[in-house]
Amino acid sequence: MRYAETGYNLEIDLSSGNIEKVETDPAITALHLGGLGTNAKILWDTVPPEADPFSPENRLIFGTGLLCGTPAVGANRTIVTTYSPQTLLMAYSMMGGFWAPELKHAGYDKVILSGKSPSLVYLWINNDKVELRDASHLQGKGTVETEALIREELQEPNAQVMSIGLAGENRIYYSSIEHSRSSASRGGMGAVMGDKKVKAIAVRGTKDLNIARPVEFIEHCNDVLNYIQWRADNPVQHVPPILAGLGSPQEMAIHDEQWHTTAFSWGNARYRRKDFWTEEVEKEWSEIQDGAVQRLISCYNCPMKCGAIIAYPTLELSKYMMKCYSKLTYVMGAMADNLEFGFRIAGLAQGYGVDAYTAPQVMAFAVELYEQGILTDQDLPEFPPDNEGRFFYLLEKIVRREGIGDVLANGVYWAAREIGNGAEAYDSNTIKKHEQIPIKLGMLNPIFFLMLSTGEKINITQIEGQLPQAPFPDREDREEFVKDWIQAPSDTIKEFFLNWELRGDNAFPFYPDFQTACELVEWQETMHYIDDSTGICAGLSSFPIKPPYHINNLPGLISAATGLDIDRDELWNKIVRRNRSLMRAINSRRGLRRSDDKPPQDHWKKRFPEHEAKLLDEYYKFKGWNNDGIPTKESLEELGLGYVGEDLEKRGIYNNGQSEEKS
Amino acid sequence: MGKVKKKVKVIRIDTDKCNGCRACEMICSAFHASDKYSVINPSRSRIRMIREPMRDVYLPVYAGEYTAAECMGRDKYVVDGKEYEECAFCRASCPSRDAFKEPDSGLPLKCDMCEDDPEQEEPLCVKWCLADALTYEEREEEVEEEVILEEMETGLKSLIDKYGLDDLIDSIARMSRKE
Repeated sequence: MRYAETGYNLEIDLSSGNIEKVETDPAITALHLGGLGTNAKILWDTVPPEADPFSPENRLIFGTGLLCGTPAVGANRTIVTTYSPQTLLMAYSMMGGFWAPELKHAGYDKVILSGKSPSLVYLWINNDKVELRDASHLQGKGTVETEALIREELQEPNAQVMSIGLAGENRIYYSSIEHSRSSASRGGMGAVMGDKKVKAIAVRGTKDLNIARPVEFIEHCNDVLNYIQWRADNPVQHVPPILAGLGSPQEMAIHDEQWHTTAFSWGNARYRRKDFWTEEVEKEWSEIQDGAVQRLISCYNCPMKCGAIIAYPTLELSKYMMKCYSKLTYVMGAMADNLEFGFRIAGLAQGYGVDAYTAPQVMAFAVELYEQGILTDQDLPEFPPDNEGRFFYLLEKIVRREGIGDVLANGVYWAAREIGNGAEAYDSNTIKKHEQIPIKLGMLNPIFFLMLSTGEKINITQIEGQLPQAPFPDREDREEFVKDWIQAPSDTIKEFFLNWELRGDNAFPFYPDFQTACELVEWQETMHYIDDSTGICAGLSSFPIKPPYHINNLPGLISAATGLDIDRDELWNKIVRRNRSLMRAINSRRGLRRSDDKPPQDHWKKRFPEHEAKLLDEYYKFKGWNNDGIPTKESLEELGLGYVGEDLEKRGIYNNGQSEEKS
Repeated sequence: MGKVKKKVKVIRIDTDKCNGCRACEMICSAFHASDKYSVINPSRSRIRMIREPMRDVYLPVYAGEYTAAECMGRDKYVVDGKEYEECAFCRASCPSRDAFKEPDSGLPLKCDMCEDDPEQEEPLCVKWCLADALTYEEREEEVEEEVILEEMETGLKSLIDKYGLDDLIDSIARMSRKE
């Protein structure tokens, strides 16, 4: 019997319509866990590295986390993996909600789409009955509406549906896949789904999921539940309110947005407004938010209320479900001081299915180009005079690929190069062709430098996490913090935190030493890699400070659920390192090199090129990668990935790296 | 007959607080697995979420008595401007719907307040509901003392209700002659 997982994947060739239920090898689970780990393995094994993201060879893999559907609190994530049309690298994007547990109960761990459907279809998985159904009547429909229409037509109110909107159908490079209160937004997952002409995937499952050591496992889960309750009454001290609790930042419940509005940049990642948050703004925004939020809601088996049902009288869309930060991204991108605008445009954008991180930044970029005369009235006929109006205008153009919208639909990096005429200079906030969270700071942070530069998710929130973002000024407070820091992986890291100061010798950029910096980065990244394989939400694990899941309790938890005997060493040093290096190798094979490993150009004012180069050198060594950021043959061999190293060698990937270095 | 005190177990359901996470369904199915916590399957759960986010309907319902026959009519309730089928509030495992039946055998399910030895502090759906949409109370009620029927008597009483006392006596007499 298989535990925690079902042991079956659903493989669908959309070109021929062939549907197969394929038994998986339990040895692969032991090597890669599930979710992201096994997604990466499948991508490496089955999609040639030269495949165009918009080609039948590319696969779109929907993997449930290994613990999804079990009582592990917050284990509900679907990990979507493919080659991204925007970055051209491997992309993975994750969503919570209810889809992954439902798929497990239908009897599958993954849905793997390949080929291309001749016409728009949706997939209906009802336990053993799986079919592709015509979706021509759903063409152009919004994501919220599509979910409802499919449930109605299947007469199955309990079906869980994910879908794309107009943006995905039109292959906008930053289109999302939306489901319930969640979405897989990053990397253009919706575009690949649209390219394959799949409008939606609906699933209903009523089968059992088995636990290997039930009594032991439920004790772990009870501990997690109790800790969540305890943390609700004992928020972390000395950090902003938005970072003091668990979950995604509690944007729907908390009114205090001082931290986001004053620390993050507005416009095209340009302006910090340190004085923005006043009592007046807080009062006005609180009223708007209370009027908009109808109910705080959660994903499957999770008590954190990170989402909300939004019902606002002036909305174009009557109702939708919002998740954390999208409430602010459009407001800040448009330099609109009006939260109501945020609720209005976010609903519309979600119906079209675009990434709420990237879309507002592309629009802010376009507005800036217009203001600089690089885009003109010819490119933007009847462009409204106000920024709110301009954002609505641009959204409509982009999702339809109309006029300049067709260029902007490919994101800032590609648009800047296509527009030319100096537009490249306004592409200031991308890494590896992908828009980043708009933060502009003063002093180089060596830990964030490594995380921003090397993270394979190309998204800082998917590598940062359990370490407070700034030192506590008083040593006494630091000592207090360390006392019950059960989540810390080692004494070295506790020591680092105790001695970390705002100024002086123990401050950035030369503190900590290289070794400790590497350990801090790897620890935080490792937590994300575990979550992305187990399907546990980062909001209860890798992302917040002092979470209920951590490196010291996860090995026992995973072992009890699966029956695999995984200790901390096996989990961190074998499985996670294996998955991490495999993903790096996938991207090395697609051309990723050291020169790509860098933060957004003006992320910090004070930069230290020599120190930064040394940081990268040391981090690569620490990871078992060569000086060009490619996993060495030896390190891959050690991780049981000898076949990966051989392939890299055969393809001359190492030689290219070395010759580039010499030149 | 005199009055006696009876402990009544109450789950208070505050639908305004429900966050729709379905942890109640999940843990109910885990607890009632034949080997406790070994199998998870919300469709075996004795509590069901009726969950329609776009209508703001979040309604946990518990499984009650089995009934052989469905209702003759179906009413609709409108509460706070939201329309509910009467069945939404009904606890019965009944022929009109799939809820509260084992998915494979079709046998009816019924909430037992997580009876356990040693006793649980509260039903597990309540314990797992950190949103406090479900809270547990016990209260004492004075009720008329009633003769507690033994299992066989309960069975016979249902047969009398169904066929009448005379037919039942006839059947027993006939059966005893055969033996």
